[in-house]
Amino acid sequence: MRIKCPLCGDRDSREFTPMGHETYMNRPDDEGWSPAWDNYLHLRDNPAGITREMWYHGAGCTSWLRVERDTVTHDILRVELAVDVKRGNA
Amino acid sequence: MVKLLAKSPVEGLVPLEINGLTLTESGPGPITSVAPYAGQEAAASGALKALIGAEMPSPNRSTGREGARVVWTGAGQAMVIGADVDPSLAQHAALTDQSDAWITFKLQGQGVEDVLARLTPLDLNPGVFKTGHAARSQLGHMNAVFLKVAADAFESMIFRSMARTAVHEFEIAMKAVAARAALS
Repeated sequence: MRIKCPLCGDRDSREFTPMGHETYMNRPDDEGWSPAWDNYLHLRDNPAGITREMWYHGAGCTSWLRVERDTVTHDILRVELAVDVKRGNA
Repeated sequence: MVKLLAKSPVEGLVPLEINGLTLTESGPGPITSVAPYAGQEAAASGALKALIGAEMPSPNRSTGREGARVVWTGAGQAMVIGADVDPSLAQHAALTDQSDAWITFKLQGQGVEDVLARLTPLDLNPGVFKTGHAARSQLGHMNAVFLKVAADAFESMIFRSMARTAVHEFEIAMKAVAARAALS
């Protein structure tokens, strides 16, 4: 599997570490406990198909990436810098 | 007062010469990490150009030349190698002295890509990775910075603490390529 990092280009998957679903990009605003935190920490779908995940390019540019991929075919459909997604530049 | 002697972490291990390829330690001089503050990228690049004659490189590239080189090493970061960086640049970028954190190897000779292909997943095909190109990737299981310095020569920066392992990895790959060449 290869991932096309927006900064580094097409790279081997051994340079990357998956973190999990893109839910991790949207930390709940409230400081106390709430169902939003339950969702943020624990509740995940397990889709057979397209999903969006956070990947860390630790052996490359050290950017966090949002990767859209197909869990059935292992196709990588889209890769963006998480910082761009967060700032609305993607 | 105790007198300390500077000693290379690969003392006695390099230079290595195997089948026309040579592995040496290059002593590039001071290494400084330059990480421009948000919104200060252009100002930092301009200030650096005025100071050492080379601007901040774009991803996977380097600027300048030996003795005052700037190598891209990651998102929002480059390393100035071979020249001191004036502290005035600190108004635009975070500066850290990294001189003692790295060891730099130079691997040179015909077919240098064949050796590195056994160690890194990077595409080092001469048509893709050209002189002056730089990349961060892995050498074996160690994080490394690769810089192509000539048509047949690459520099690899490895964390200094892993210097002996790196020599071991290089040596195995160089011997394997030589053994394969001897068969044909």
